[in-house]
Amino acid sequence: MMRHIISILLENEPGALSRVVGLFAQRGYNIETLTVAPTEDPTLSRLTMTTHCDDRKIEQITKQLNKLIEVVKLVDLSEGQHIERELMLIKVKAVGAQRAEIKRTADIFRGQIVDVSPCVYTIQLTGATDKLEAFIDAIGSAAVLETVRTGVSGISRGEKVLSL
Amino acid sequence: MELLSGGEMLVRALHEAGVEYIYGYPGGSLLHIYDAVYKQSAVKHVLVRHEQAAAHMADGYARATGKAGVVMVTSGPGATNTITGIATAFTDSIPMVVISGQVMSHLVGDDAFQETDMLGVSRPVVKHSFSVRRPEEIPELIAKAFYIANTGRPGPVLIDIPKDMTMPNERYEYVYPKKVKLRSYTPPQRGHSGQIKKAVELLLAAKRPVVYSGGGVIIDGSSDKLRALVDRLDFPCTSTLMGLGGYPGTGERFLGMLGMHGTYEANVVMHHADVILAVGARFDDRVTNATNKFCPDAKIIHIDIDPSSISKTITADVPIVGPVGTVLDEMTALLDEAGETPDADALASWWKQINDWRPRHGMRYEKNDNGLMKPQEVIEALWTATKGDAYVTSDVGQHQMFAAQYYKFDKPNRWINSGGLGTMGFGFPAAMGVKMNFPDHEVVCVTGEGSIQMNIQEMSTCLQYGIPVKIICLNNGSLGMVRQWQDMNYEGRHSNSYMKSLPDFVKLAAAYGHVGIQVKSRDELPQALDDALNKYKDRLVFLDVAVDPEEHVYPMQVPLGSMRDMWLSKTERT
Repeated sequence: MMRHIISILLENEPGALSRVVGLFAQRGYNIETLTVAPTEDPTLSRLTMTTHCDDRKIEQITKQLNKLIEVVKLVDLSEGQHIERELMLIKVKAVGAQRAEIKRTADIFRGQIVDVSPCVYTIQLTGATDKLEAFIDAIGSAAVLETVRTGVSGISRGEKVLSL
Repeated sequence: MELLSGGEMLVRALHEAGVEYIYGYPGGSLLHIYDAVYKQSAVKHVLVRHEQAAAHMADGYARATGKAGVVMVTSGPGATNTITGIATAFTDSIPMVVISGQVMSHLVGDDAFQETDMLGVSRPVVKHSFSVRRPEEIPELIAKAFYIANTGRPGPVLIDIPKDMTMPNERYEYVYPKKVKLRSYTPPQRGHSGQIKKAVELLLAAKRPVVYSGGGVIIDGSSDKLRALVDRLDFPCTSTLMGLGGYPGTGERFLGMLGMHGTYEANVVMHHADVILAVGARFDDRVTNATNKFCPDAKIIHIDIDPSSISKTITADVPIVGPVGTVLDEMTALLDEAGETPDADALASWWKQINDWRPRHGMRYEKNDNGLMKPQEVIEALWTATKGDAYVTSDVGQHQMFAAQYYKFDKPNRWINSGGLGTMGFGFPAAMGVKMNFPDHEVVCVTGEGSIQMNIQEMSTCLQYGIPVKIICLNNGSLGMVRQWQDMNYEGRHSNSYMKSLPDFVKLAAAYGHVGIQVKSRDELPQALDDALNKYKDRLVFLDVAVDPEEHVYPMQVPLGSMRDMWLSKTERT
């Protein structure tokens, strides 16, 4: 079982996303994260999804995705050198002495406190998935009030580009 | 510049796409379109009695002609009634274009009368689907739908049309595109030359080869090429349920169907083969039996136009993605170039072995002394009476397997059945779709008393349009295949497989204005078949044939076994 990051250029049309998601549901594939937004070319969306599966299954997943008419191009970023980022907003309990400690921890992880109330900090953090998880561990789950994560976005390193 | 309403554009575009028949059923959201249908004569409309049958008729038409069948149904229940028919076509890769009405676009999402999300409901069983958002895009979407349905691995395409896209008083410029191009859809035109070369080398080096031919050969219209290749190499050939007729059923080199109810020799040859050439077949679970025991000695060459079919269940040693026809052409050219032939001595001893295997089961069955027929006898008599040249459609169950086993199809496109989805109720409307397009050919629906009742209302459609198909109902008074499994696996507890209250089919056929004939014993069959085919040539004839309910379909692969593990009769195992 390996973690795969599938990056897709998708026709920016109504219903296209539902076909991708539906394919995963109907064939019993698992989606761990999913992000989607239009690209610099407004007719195309860029979609990134992560999934854990074996070699045989990822071959089927990519082949089945490629069969969808609206899938223009597809790459498994985990096959090569790539950069991946996720953004997290996290609300943590911050009272008394904890406030300074949480600020220090956020600094270490290069997070930013983007909202402050008497008892709560809201922190913004970007990085790879394991970094965000390490931050939650460092804060301690007892202090965490709420998290929201964008899911992974990824791009390959160097001169390789995913475009028409 | 010609100005047309959305409804008129739709009908005109269908005509330009080469459509002869629309199979459909009107309703509120389609009324503007049906008015446009009324005002022209180029495209004919066939009014079914249930929308599911419309989809099966279009499907039967497509399987026999190779051209996409067209279905038109109203929003809500009209559309959802076609789902089984669309799924049937999807599973067997049959080209189809389905036009579904939709409520006015400003009502979409409001749970309006007869509104369903047809794009959503149909999504898992279509190759693609469109929703019309501007009336002027209708011709382009029709052209795209046919292009997608017919090319690559064919399949159904749905177009959902809100009623306000077809308003009769709103007219737009009509432009039908000369050529369709989609940047994200480029079906392969030919296979990879390096792979084809490797395949040819493997074929030439084979000592125990077999060709495993599937529905892709029929769909691609490449039967002649397959036949030529098999014959020049002198290889044995077996076929899937969907591929029957791809290689002639009476041919010397033909081993019969393979798989769950395949012949002994086909399954044993596959098991012992050293090279398998799979052509347009997809290693379905009803073929392979347990995949971990599948053909242990074989190197597998797999030709398929759909890359996702390759190495899905069985890993291919030489995968070739491309249309069957062009790949076979290229193989033949390479064989010509090489000027070599396979090892003649090895082939001779392989054929000797095969011919020793052939009589082991020999598709034998025992006839009853009391005149009550076995279903196999009826199919053999039908084959003789129709000179083996009829279009035969079937429903699903024992009768389907008996038809596949005992009607030897020498030509492609003649055997029309729901192989992948296994849809009861398919056979009769499919036969109607075939007969309307081949009025001079014999078209027979082999069915059972269970399946036929799933779309029996279409006898009314047959009266309206004069569609003289012949229905051969193998009546054993029970759901035969379910009963067989209950006999084999549930100690004969026939839970809900017994049809306790069958209608009088003869009277029912007469009530619909057709001819019904009952056949109770062997000596009545020849006359009844002769009457059905000759005396009542231009009438629909329903032959209600009593057959032995105790009969099982054999051979039958033993679950979780290898290809060669089979029951050959109720008591005999390999």
